[in-house]
Amino acid sequence: MTWLLDLTPDEWNAVRLSIKVATVAMLASLPPGILIALILARGRFWGKTLLNGLVHLPLILPPVVTGYLLLLTFGRRGPAGAFLAEHFGIVFSFRWTGAALACGVMGFPLMVRAIRLSIEAVDRKMEAAAGTLGANRLWVFATITLPLILPGLIAGAILSFAKAMGEFGATITFVSNIPNETQTLPSAIYTFTQVPGGDPGALRLTLISVVISMVALVASEVLARRVGRRMDIE
Amino acid sequence: MTLSVDISHRLGDFAIKANFESAGRLTALFGPSGSGKSTLINLIAGLIRPGKGRIAVDGRVLVDTAAGVFVPMHKRRIGMVFQDARLFPHMSVAGNLRYGRWFTPASERYANMDAVVDLLGIGHLLHRRPAKLSGGEKQRVAIGRALLASPKLLLMDEPLASLDEARKAEILPFIERLRDETKIPIVYVSHSIAEVARLASDVVVMAQGKVAAFGQTEAIMQRLDLLPAEERAEGGAVLDTRVLRHDEAFGMTVLGSPAGEIRVPQLARPAGALVRLRVRARDVMIATEQPVGFSALNILAGTIAAVRPGVGPTVEIAIDCNGATVLARITEQSKQSLRLALGRKVFAVIKTVSFDSATTGAGLPAEADG
Repeated sequence: MTWLLDLTPDEWNAVRLSIKVATVAMLASLPPGILIALILARGRFWGKTLLNGLVHLPLILPPVVTGYLLLLTFGRRGPAGAFLAEHFGIVFSFRWTGAALACGVMGFPLMVRAIRLSIEAVDRKMEAAAGTLGANRLWVFATITLPLILPGLIAGAILSFAKAMGEFGATITFVSNIPNETQTLPSAIYTFTQVPGGDPGALRLTLISVVISMVALVASEVLARRVGRRMDIE
Repeated sequence: MTLSVDISHRLGDFAIKANFESAGRLTALFGPSGSGKSTLINLIAGLIRPGKGRIAVDGRVLVDTAAGVFVPMHKRRIGMVFQDARLFPHMSVAGNLRYGRWFTPASERYANMDAVVDLLGIGHLLHRRPAKLSGGEKQRVAIGRALLASPKLLLMDEPLASLDEARKAEILPFIERLRDETKIPIVYVSHSIAEVARLASDVVVMAQGKVAAFGQTEAIMQRLDLLPAEERAEGGAVLDTRVLRHDEAFGMTVLGSPAGEIRVPQLARPAGALVRLRVRARDVMIATEQPVGFSALNILAGTIAAVRPGVGPTVEIAIDCNGATVLARITEQSKQSLRLALGRKVFAVIKTVSFDSATTGAGLPAEADG
């Protein structure tokens, strides 16, 4: 097993960077993910189908296309990119933040879908009961809706994290493949496969990828089961 | 407390029009399913907005479409007990009970946790999860949860409808205590005569979305024609009686009423206790002379105060027994052969065994143990 952990500094950086990018992508997607899921589950307005299609676009488009669109919008000369860099000092292009953005966008449809399904499963009569007890809409959401959709929230977050760990096409198109900055695990593995004698390195990172994915999956199972038991939903 | 309702509301093809004002301790909204009583209670709670009209509690306007007033439900301070309890599954019983308290301004909190827990007998359930409770326990917790929000009015939407007879018998005494020991006015939706006769001080009878009749329970219960067909057999007079004594030797309880003494199977109630007795019209026989050599124990003398056509070949005869009215349902043939007419002196005969826990509402000892 020791050879597995005998990584070069660059390889360690790729592992650390991947986890950082996936975590940030997941956490940053949660608030807008909940909001969009709520709108799609509960809202009744013209253009809902359009919004639904827009959210699902990254799932259908080739990842390279999504990455290129991100480059056009959030690149240094893109309208959103220029605005954010000028007013908030947030730069995406060729930075790890850009990798997180690409991963977040790619995982967004999966997250919204999971949360939306759990919101649709919430018994709205419970919310009405909370209303008669004096809770306004915000309190009802915080104390009734949110706890009831927690299993869906966890599932959505894990899906988003898993997608981010494996994201390759959009990331490499948007922020390229720069060691220590934007080189995530998949990009690093890809690089190894492109050079002679890179197979052992590729295999090491592949195994680490498998381990991280398994740990995330098991953790989510345990978490979901605990939440389920706490709620005693039979 | 005065609840005044004057609304008209449309739900698809179904129209509701209701206009009444009640100051009773417990006002029952009574009618068959589909008569609009649940919609009416949802309008009072603020769960739906009326198309047109006005609802006020003690002069505080909750809705007035003409003036553009609509108080949202969370600001109404109206407690609601739903048919399906609706306990929050992610909170313990204690968490459910405390929920409404949170949102009640401290100066308006009058409900006391210990007192409510005690009143409903739910102390042993506090740490449990709702999923682990029986139907009856859930409903008691739901009542407690509504009470602890210190409401100004308590609405109960068929709280017993989804429970079996044993569970109903378990909860009814708690609702009676609620009515008698707290000051909160209650509006109670039901399609069961037994519940309404036992609990209500006032009754609003709903039929096809309209108020068919409104008045005090004793008066409304005389009007068998107002009752839904499936409940008509349960209809009859309601008498407020008091336990005089128990006849241990024969296992009977003697109740005192203006009409005279009435013997019923022994009740688990102390002497002096009030018992609201429902005398089913179909259980009452009429004799034109004092019966002798007859097994029935209750013979009440009175005069015929009203004769009304009943359903099918029956007639309903109201007998005024010293100020208390007893209702009898007999056949048209009996009426003619006995030549029963207004003002005639007759005897109302009721078998002791025709009373049961559904009509005495007091729980017979054998059932009280179970």
